[in-house]
Amino acid sequence: MADTSHGTGGLAFDKSKRAWPNEVNIFIALVLIVLIFEALGQLLPYMKGQSMLFDFNSGRDGTILNMARIKIIILQVSIIGIIALGVTQVIITGGIDLSSGSIVGATAMISMSFAQTELVNGNPNPKAIFGPWAMDLPILVPIAVGLGCGLIAGSINGLLIAYTRIPPFIATLGMMVSARGVAKWWSRGNPISFPTDEYAAISNGNLVDGLTFGVFSESWIVTQVFDGQNPAIYFLLLAVLFHFIMKYTVYGKHTYAIGSNEDAARMSGINVAWQKVMVYAVAGMLAGFAAILLTSRNVTAQAGMGFVYELDAIAMAVIGGVSLAGGRGSIIGTVLGAMIFGVIISGFTYLKLDAFYQEMVKGGIIVAAVVLDQWRQRRAALKS
Amino acid sequence: MSDDIVLRTEDLTKHYGGVHALEGADFELKQGEHVAIMGDNGAGKSTFVRQITGVEQRTRGRIWLYGDEVNFAGPLDAREAGIETVFQTLALADDLDVPDNLFLGREMTKWNWLGPFRVLDYKGMRDATVAGLERTAVKIPNIRNTIRNMSGGQRQCVAIARTATFHSRLTIMDEPTAALGVQETAQVENIVRQLKEAGEPLILISHNMRQVMDLVDRIIVFRRGRIVANLDRNETDGQDVVAYITGAKTGAEYEGAA
Repeated sequence: MADTSHGTGGLAFDKSKRAWPNEVNIFIALVLIVLIFEALGQLLPYMKGQSMLFDFNSGRDGTILNMARIKIIILQVSIIGIIALGVTQVIITGGIDLSSGSIVGATAMISMSFAQTELVNGNPNPKAIFGPWAMDLPILVPIAVGLGCGLIAGSINGLLIAYTRIPPFIATLGMMVSARGVAKWWSRGNPISFPTDEYAAISNGNLVDGLTFGVFSESWIVTQVFDGQNPAIYFLLLAVLFHFIMKYTVYGKHTYAIGSNEDAARMSGINVAWQKVMVYAVAGMLAGFAAILLTSRNVTAQAGMGFVYELDAIAMAVIGGVSLAGGRGSIIGTVLGAMIFGVIISGFTYLKLDAFYQEMVKGGIIVAAVVLDQWRQRRAALKS
Repeated sequence: MSDDIVLRTEDLTKHYGGVHALEGADFELKQGEHVAIMGDNGAGKSTFVRQITGVEQRTRGRIWLYGDEVNFAGPLDAREAGIETVFQTLALADDLDVPDNLFLGREMTKWNWLGPFRVLDYKGMRDATVAGLERTAVKIPNIRNTIRNMSGGQRQCVAIARTATFHSRLTIMDEPTAALGVQETAQVENIVRQLKEAGEPLILISHNMRQVMDLVDRIIVFRRGRIVANLDRNETDGQDVVAYITGAKTGAEYEGAA
């Protein structure tokens, strides 16, 4: 049969059917939310026409942007945002991670106890956990301990899920309860404080100034844009790294494949169990890093740290278009989801509304995000 | 044994507990030949395929592929040996695009020292995909679309295109058009004809008599776990085949089998 052109009638495949990237929708949502707050700022009489993101009068920063508020928006979501980068990967495999907040708590306590300084104002550290051998250790020790704790906790999650086949919800629920127990047991509930200056500088220093060896110390970029923004810088750097990993490496491809069709992935020769272990381990490690940033920023560690961070992280991912059914979503989406989160929190402060309204609206937005996603899916299914 | 024989089985048998799903199947497929396997539901067609492709472990019997005796531990072994199967349930990841699916689990990569984080060679995979699709004359206007956004026929074509992309040595299709509309079925049948022209050997499991008569050289009929007929397409007709399927007739060489 020479004629190999198949009848195209029902098979025509026009480009307009191509769904545009979901990230565009989320970005539009972000812009809309900002506009709503700006409009409220103009309309509400007590706001006296203030703007949320713009600052036309003072020009302090050399821009018309309200840099202070924009920095706060990013900074306040960056630590949970780092957790959300890991949670995103877990959800893309079709799983869920409820343990990240508790891993933050346990890791905070453990890594901080290796970051303490011997003398506080000339007196012995009143909060010392270990003897003198653990005082003033090189900065790499608490960092390695922190990342290691997260890695171990995440690996336990992954091994349980991959090899005992218990649902991720149950495995990570168990870890959530146990890791919180570890956090409380570690110092019998006492806070751990007084870290070395280097440790405190992880979050509170000026990373850009450090990396450029002080050459640009006087410049606007260093003093205005990146000052006190280390967690945000780490968040954005990690986001770029994991965006690349999820999009351009075998690790990312297999993560998406498992979430799309686990049986197909297995039949195609992907080591599904091992891939899951890696994904949960990476998520644990990111939670561990978040704990380091959090304790460094607060120069103290407490057993209650990271409480319900896992839910905020999941919410960021879901708002960012990561499908709880697995297989769909992206790091860019989650970063935008985190920004939506940040804008809402800041927006309520800017409107001088109480914090409990934030929570009510946050909950509504999470549900709305999932409803919209499902509606979009159903529409796409009908079209094809 | 002649190298002319692509696949040969001898006394291939599978029992599920007391159920004799497949009993003493002797089968031969020659180079470039297209063979259909027909039979009623539960006659043993799919069981036969599952033993060849390593999805299940046979109770007894031997299998040769291109003259070499093979024992596949799993479907991956079979695929690496060159047996590509298009399953009844499509083994495709809905959220990935065409090259991703074709190369799933065997991606082209760069920078392999990065281990699990080695970088995908998207361009290489796209080029190989386009070449594979051309070889099978599969037309998919945009290979970068996700499977989710494709019609049933296009999905089936993607599954079939795997065989062409990887130069498989034997293609097995398990009811490839069962869930497709008329036009989509025609599209898949065209691909099968392309494979025939290219001299690729094929085993086709189908219930569709017209399709079988149109496409294959030989028809093997299964009944109650046994092969009951081996018919040359040119010396038989639909009614004849139906008689073998229902049990009204049994091939002379298989007398006493069922």
